[in-house]
Amino acid sequence: MSLHTELQTAIKAILPDVSCVIGWSGGPDALRGAPLFMRSEDDVNNFSGGFFAVNNPALYLPEYKGSKVAVVAKGCDSRSIGQLLAEKLINREEIHIIGFPCQGVIDNAKVVAALAGKVEAGQVTAVEETDETIELSFPDQTISLKKTDVMADKCSRCLYPNALISDTFVGEKREPAITEDPYADLAAFEALPLEERQAFWEKEMSRCIRCYACRNACPLCVCRDHCAAESRNPEWVTQADGVREKLFFQIIHASHLAGRCTGCGECQRACPMGIPVLLLKRSLSRRTEELFAYRAGVDAEATPPLLTFTLEEPRIQEREW
Amino acid sequence: MATQKYIAFADIPAWLEELSAAQTVYAPRREGKAVVYRPWQKGEQPELVERPTESAKHIVFPRAEELFRFNYQQAPETGGSKKLSLAEPADPAPAVVFAALPCDTRGFLFFDPVYSGSGTNGKFQDIYYLKRRACTTLITRTCRAPLATCFCNWTGGGPANREGADVLSTDVEGGLFLEALTEKGEAVLKSAALSPATEAHISAAQSSRDKAARSMGDAPDLGRTPPALISLFENLDFWREQSAGCLSCGACTYLCPTCYCFNITDESNGISGVRLRSWDACMFALFTLEASGHNPRNGRAARLRNRVGHKFSYYPGLHEGRFSCCGCGRCIKSCPSSIDIRRIVQNALAATEASRG
Repeated sequence: MSLHTELQTAIKAILPDVSCVIGWSGGPDALRGAPLFMRSEDDVNNFSGGFFAVNNPALYLPEYKGSKVAVVAKGCDSRSIGQLLAEKLINREEIHIIGFPCQGVIDNAKVVAALAGKVEAGQVTAVEETDETIELSFPDQTISLKKTDVMADKCSRCLYPNALISDTFVGEKREPAITEDPYADLAAFEALPLEERQAFWEKEMSRCIRCYACRNACPLCVCRDHCAAESRNPEWVTQADGVREKLFFQIIHASHLAGRCTGCGECQRACPMGIPVLLLKRSLSRRTEELFAYRAGVDAEATPPLLTFTLEEPRIQEREW
Repeated sequence: MATQKYIAFADIPAWLEELSAAQTVYAPRREGKAVVYRPWQKGEQPELVERPTESAKHIVFPRAEELFRFNYQQAPETGGSKKLSLAEPADPAPAVVFAALPCDTRGFLFFDPVYSGSGTNGKFQDIYYLKRRACTTLITRTCRAPLATCFCNWTGGGPANREGADVLSTDVEGGLFLEALTEKGEAVLKSAALSPATEAHISAAQSSRDKAARSMGDAPDLGRTPPALISLFENLDFWREQSAGCLSCGACTYLCPTCYCFNITDESNGISGVRLRSWDACMFALFTLEASGHNPRNGRAARLRNRVGHKFSYYPGLHEGRFSCCGCGRCIKSCPSSIDIRRIVQNALAATEASRG
């Protein structure tokens, strides 16, 4: 039985006990999936996991609080669930987690880049998936892309391909993509002079349209309808269309995510303008991991370091300076 | 007869350079994953493969626009009370948009009646919008083939739509065939960088336009959509289902060529400041939040209902039955949750057909 069929079987088995099962279906074009909320067996027939199962279903869990739901979770999704549990934003007994070994997901921005100058990714009419490639059909041509070339960066540095927490686990567990430091790629950017990094962010943020897709796609962004960015009284961030305001918001967002961000990358994926906002969060995540010996979302029982207070942090030398 | 010209792709920078002398020229530029309209820079070859991620809306309707500046001064002659002085912004600079999409230029047609005060017999006109609109020249480019998310022909447009454009350009072998559609269009085609169009260009452009039109497929009949959406207004279960994955972000609204809602804020810094008009989106929690704290559109379902209802029911009810959607599909293409407005409209039609039996 294929992983896909096994997952469908597991979903159908839990369906009678829950108000819905959150997973994925195909999307508006052949290169994109969509979140799927399954309530009937017919819905389950539309389930489609795998390479296009990009959305993080953990995002939706807090709003179902008070009723039992099931969720199909990739490894990274399960970290978001773990962090939501650690912060007591959802109740463990209300969530049934169907885990599986994730083989990585597509980064549509990389497909756009791979096709740049040739054809628009959005003209795709069909996609054939093999173990190693995706074959894209366009009106006048067919283009084959290696999955590893268009896979999300988070997948190529993934430490947790298997759901870390699950009630049902379907399939054979996979080995992580890497065993070394998942933040190794930050070094090159952080080594740039401050002026260059400032110029980089000013250029990137100049595309921001302030749609707040980054914020609303974040499963750990808990203020939801009460964000500082839109507060009118007091007005923390002006409505002026400037890079300063836009970057200011990103720094607010990243700061609120410090020690909480699991690196699911939904903020960056959601950005219609392709701004690499995950970079800010990962930089802070690396620091909080170093400082507090805590990796967000990995242990649902642990207390997030910035949500508590200890007299002495093991890795912060307060006395000997 | 309207002027018809030809320009080789390689000569486009020379033409844009000439146009840049008297106005700001905006042209599509690739920046990473996105293609955005940027003030054209000398020598730059515009991005002509990937269609712009954003619409050209912000060039006529800026994301944040200064309405006026204010300043309070302590005035001794009025007994120490504060004296207010106001300063109007300078008139906008003329602009040319090169390679706008046909759906984008058509999008302005949905702004026009609202901002020229058609509902008040012209009594309340939005001078800020109208000034920019008047001094912006739109050079449209016929689309070659649709994206999977395109549906301009569902809502009355097409890949070679001329409405709202000043020049229609169409790909022919090695370059663009250009035809002036308005006086503003005639003005930008008076250029030494352009050569006269030949019969071959004219017929090649016609066949490009025909091919593009054929590539769109059949459009469904959406005629019953306005009453269908009204009858579903109070069916929140329907709207909850349609909005289940919605993030309630503003990507759809802010990329939309026809969404025209705004907010007004006074951005003051002590005794002086600026009154700004900035984009707003009905997908946001603060939209229509009343002073009492009550919001008639409470929650995602009611917000998405407003977005779809406005485009496919309320606006047509006020404006001769025209949908305020130009079918560019950006809201679908760039939705992080893959919400598809076409499906919502069709689901609404199906739901009401089912109840009519």
